[in-house]
Amino acid sequence: MDAKPLIEFRSVSKYYYMGDNVVRAADRITMTVRHGEFVAIVGQSGSGKSTCMNIIGCLDVPTSGEYILDGRSVGELGKNKLAEIRNEMVGFIFQQYNLLPKANLRENVEIPLMYSGVPKGERRRRAVEVLTSLGLGDKLRNRPNQLSGGQQQRVSIARALVGNPALILADEPTGALDSKTGREVLSILRRLHSEGHTIVLITHDGSIARMAQRIVRLEDGRVVFDGPSEEAGI
Amino acid sequence: MNPFESFELAIKNIAAGKVRAFLTMLGIIIGVMAVILIVGIGNGLSNYMVEQFQSMGTNTLNVSVFGRGSSRSVSPDAMYELVEDNPGYLSLVSPVLGINGSVKTGSETYSTSVTGVSEDYFRIRQYEVATGRGLYFVDVDKRSNVCVVGSYIASEYYPGGAAGEKIRIAGADFTIVGVLAEEADSEESGTDDAVYIPYSTASRLGSSAINTYVLTVVSEDEAAASKKIVEDELLDVFGNSNAYRVQSMTELLATMSQMLNIVIIVLAAIAGISLVVGGVGIMNIMLVSVTERTREIGIRKALGAKERYIMSQFVIEAATTSAIGGALGIAAGYGLSKVARQVLTAVTGEALAVAPSTAAVLVAFGVSAAIGILFGYLPAKKAARLNPIDALRYE
Ligand SMILES: Nc1ncnc2c1ncn2[C@@H]1O[C@H](COP(=O)(O)OP(=O)(O)OP(=O)(O)O)[C@@H](O)[C@H]1O
Ligand SMILES: [Mg+2]
Repeated sequence: MDAKPLIEFRSVSKYYYMGDNVVRAADRITMTVRHGEFVAIVGQSGSGKSTCMNIIGCLDVPTSGEYILDGRSVGELGKNKLAEIRNEMVGFIFQQYNLLPKANLRENVEIPLMYSGVPKGERRRRAVEVLTSLGLGDKLRNRPNQLSGGQQQRVSIARALVGNPALILADEPTGALDSKTGREVLSILRRLHSEGHTIVLITHDGSIARMAQRIVRLEDGRVVFDGPSEEAGI
Repeated sequence: MNPFESFELAIKNIAAGKVRAFLTMLGIIIGVMAVILIVGIGNGLSNYMVEQFQSMGTNTLNVSVFGRGSSRSVSPDAMYELVEDNPGYLSLVSPVLGINGSVKTGSETYSTSVTGVSEDYFRIRQYEVATGRGLYFVDVDKRSNVCVVGSYIASEYYPGGAAGEKIRIAGADFTIVGVLAEEADSEESGTDDAVYIPYSTASRLGSSAINTYVLTVVSEDEAAASKKIVEDELLDVFGNSNAYRVQSMTELLATMSQMLNIVIIVLAAIAGISLVVGGVGIMNIMLVSVTERTREIGIRKALGAKERYIMSQFVIEAATTSAIGGALGIAAGYGLSKVARQVLTAVTGEALAVAPSTAAVLVAFGVSAAIGILFGYLPAKKAARLNPIDALRYE
């Protein structure tokens, strides 16, 4: 537990104003995730998991409070800087894969590298390497819709990994998969963790959350539990 | 991510929806095609006009006197004197005096144009004498009854050769001394359907005063100065600048070219409007495309695309679409120009070159690319501004 903090939330809130109502999607959340940790954020639907993940991934900024990512306060950064952080520090894995349907697998995986200015040849080489390591080396020229759900999710994992980001953010990565394929995807995440990646996994499924070392439980935008997975009571 | 990669992406996207891309481009294609065709036809007309003028001689000044009564006229002697006094500006002069009256060959009477001119007239007009001789100074001096006929008269009424034959003009017997070479196509009432007699003889036959002169200038560059000299002389004689008119063919050609150019520019501008309409079409489709690709934009943004990358991707796509449309329009314009040339040649009987200028082609291409950028800007801005979370959630 002496690794440097990667994610630091200091009383982070996100409010949505709907007419007279205020929706507190995130309500004064304070937590720290250190380099190399594997954290699962759990909670019921609407508890604020995706809101948290958007803020962690710099897709959104908090209404109040401070978010420090790898020592940098994100609140003061402009749009371009946030785009750079997403590009270099965060690898997203979405429930719906979010692959570009018109591009082939290799092109899909190359996208983050394209935006960080990696030259074409190098880009290609790295995309092929990551896809091959995830068992998709023979499908480089396929389109996403020619793949099974589990394979598509592996492509999106490849895309998240290719830029070698400090943080891997997975929002319900197994939500659209059957339990067997889901387990495969989770075992990939565990392997990545064992290789030193920091992983934040969002799920509403307790059995999946137990794979993490640490669980953060949200309820109505608040942290109601934060501790080792064995103590989470699931 | 450099512009070339954006361009590659744009080409891929366009290739993925060829029919749609073609329909998007159609406005640009038609606009560019119309501009090129109109400029091409205009150039053809303009060249044709210049050629016609040049064959008539662009170094001439035409003097018309609107004489009311014989007191209001200028004598040939005065005009000759004027030419002699200004050797630096004026070189040749001929009175032009048309007379009425029928012409008779043997027992056949017909009408043609009979004109009294000086011995220099054929040189001024650049008419060649094919057989026999032209008019001489002595013919003018002696008011001889001799004439030179055009090729139509010769071929129509003197199948055995006209030179040396007799002809009756306005009741007087004339000898044909020469035949002119064919100028136009030896048609009835064309340039070749004419009889030329000495002006002195003409003024004896008809009683009217000489009201028209044709002069040549020494240099076309000095056409304006030469014209001024003639005008000053005539103002001295008449004391009223409304009594005469001096027309310089060089100036007339310049004026007509200018007018024709204005017409071409106006027509091309009207055709250019369809380019703008085409641009609006591109904008429309690009806006639709931004909406359709909202999720893609969200994904790209989540993966680290800055606003300017999204922006340039869409602008370059619009510009590429438009430029391809421009290129197709140029090709179509060239094709239609060929067709137009054949049609016009068939209809007018003149070889009219429909030639789109390279400048027009380059401008058309540049303008269509620029229109793509201009009208792609707004949709691109919209795309770049999308909030990544909303875009990702978009179904
Ligand atoms: N753009 C928005 N405008 C208004 N309210 C929002 C918006 N986004 C989220 N919310 C609200 O914030 C709360 C938390 O939403 P969030 O998406 O974080 O939940 P979640 O825990 O991810 O749920 P799920 O498990 O269903 O994905 C919800 O009550 C939701 O209605
Ligand atoms: Mg969610």
